[in-house]
Amino acid sequence: MPIKNGCLFGQPSFFVVCRMLAFIVTFTERFQLVSPKGLMNPFIRFVSELQEVSLLIWRAFVSLFSKPRYFSETIRQMDMIGVGSLPIVLLTGFFTGGVLVLQAFPTLQYYSIQNEAGHSVATSLIRELGPVLCALMVSGRIGAAISAELGSMVVSQQIDAMRALGTDPIRRLVVPRITSLVLLLPLLTVACDILGLIGGGVVASTIYNQDYHVFATSVRVGITTSDLVSGLIKPIFFGLIIGSVGCHKGLSTSGGTAGVGRSTTDAVVIASIWVIIFDFFLSKALQYLLDLGQL
Amino acid sequence: MFDDNKIEDTIKIEPFWEIVPAIEFQDVCLAYDDKIVLDHIDLSVRRGECKIILGRSGGGKSTIIRLILGLLKPDSGRVLVDGEDITDYTEVEMMPIRQKIGMVFQEGALFDSISVYENVAYRLREQERDEAEIDREVRRMLEFVDLADAVDKMPIELSGGMRRRVGIARALIGDPSIVLFDEPTAGLDPPTARTMCELAIKLRDLQDVSSIFVTHEMNNVTNLCSEYATVSEKGEVHFEKEGDKLCLINTEVLMMRNGQIIFNGTDEQLQASDNQYVKRFIKGER
Repeated sequence: MPIKNGCLFGQPSFFVVCRMLAFIVTFTERFQLVSPKGLMNPFIRFVSELQEVSLLIWRAFVSLFSKPRYFSETIRQMDMIGVGSLPIVLLTGFFTGGVLVLQAFPTLQYYSIQNEAGHSVATSLIRELGPVLCALMVSGRIGAAISAELGSMVVSQQIDAMRALGTDPIRRLVVPRITSLVLLLPLLTVACDILGLIGGGVVASTIYNQDYHVFATSVRVGITTSDLVSGLIKPIFFGLIIGSVGCHKGLSTSGGTAGVGRSTTDAVVIASIWVIIFDFFLSKALQYLLDLGQL
Repeated sequence: MFDDNKIEDTIKIEPFWEIVPAIEFQDVCLAYDDKIVLDHIDLSVRRGECKIILGRSGGGKSTIIRLILGLLKPDSGRVLVDGEDITDYTEVEMMPIRQKIGMVFQEGALFDSISVYENVAYRLREQERDEAEIDREVRRMLEFVDLADAVDKMPIELSGGMRRRVGIARALIGDPSIVLFDEPTAGLDPPTARTMCELAIKLRDLQDVSSIFVTHEMNNVTNLCSEYATVSEKGEVHFEKEGDKLCLINTEVLMMRNGQIIFNGTDEQLQASDNQYVKRFIKGER
């Protein structure tokens, strides 16, 4: 098939893949090629969930361009997601930066390139560890909170009440949460990176007696614009993953309070796995696009 | 003298046979996988009528309410609200329809992160009404349900009965022409359950609201079918018993079993029914 610039017959390949998978599900269900309890059931469930999450993202995206918009709810979510997650993200960043220097410094010293400690920490932290660790921490805190909150609203019929009162839950609940995550995860990542570099600097100067200026110069020289761009693009996608998975799992909760627990666990596990899988493909794509192949 | 044609132009009285029912189900079927929930249901709720839907749990009573609100779609058949066929309406198209319907949920379904005031004001805020109007309406509705003192409380601070009454106030704000009660008395003590019935009677008799009252309790049927509300010269509401002089025709009972309607008529007809299931249900036997 002619695939050009990631597009198939002029449509984004992602949507084509989703539609093809949805067709397979419909086809197999309609002609009963597989029984619901058959071997293919996990695959069908996965495709069906992927389709539902994609539709949720699409509906949330479309809702952005028409009224009503819930700015106050978005601000409330930003406060909860951004300000609320700041302490754990800062702690994670500081100690990750510290431990990176702690582990890498002896090896660098062995090769007499200990002056490059700042460079190595900055590259790994800004490109990879900052975005991923920050996303995993936020996934654990916010993904779980979103799923639990929406799940309890479902089981206590609050979502039905909302719809009965003429409110679209996607506009009111999903859009503010996903928007806040997409906007604030890059900022949290920046904070995590900065604290990581500070942590690395503190360990280098206090434990290995490296002059702080040497470490700072190594960081400044080592970081490129491509690193920074790459480190800011990734959290946008991670925010989208955490928000959409959390909202989808919450809104599809069934089975009372036990169901809320299941949804919460699923939301954190699935979002974390997707963050790690997506990180690999994003890194590869960004390496290609931003020419990050060489240190 | 009088011009007959002019009178005809200005006063148009709708003949009773042309009055559109508030709610109508036409041959509605619904199944979850292999389980049939609604089996060829035909029902109609006239304007100002209270239809009591009786039946055991899991008999499809609440599903009827969810279909009217468009929260579920039927597998076949048509659902009409105010003469408008809503069967194939999208979520966006359903929004104006939902504005004319008030829904009282089983457990109240109050939004627990906002106060009683904000819960009741919710619908008007969504409609972006004027703040002074919202305040006036919220206080009026909370007085209607005798909860004027609870205005600043959070839902968690309320008892079960109070939560239901706040749910009623939230459902009635904006003066909807149709109100749906989904087992509003389940789990409540008898006096509070009676208060719920009185609220439904007031809506039916004083505000001409069409309603569906889903329940499995015979006490509710007795209350709703045998009492009516009047307003004294002082403006006080009184409840009077239906006697030999008066027979309420704006309340009917519909009984469901396994997704089918097995009885539809007045409470007198219900009591006189030959159907063994109906007899056992009335007596509370298995």
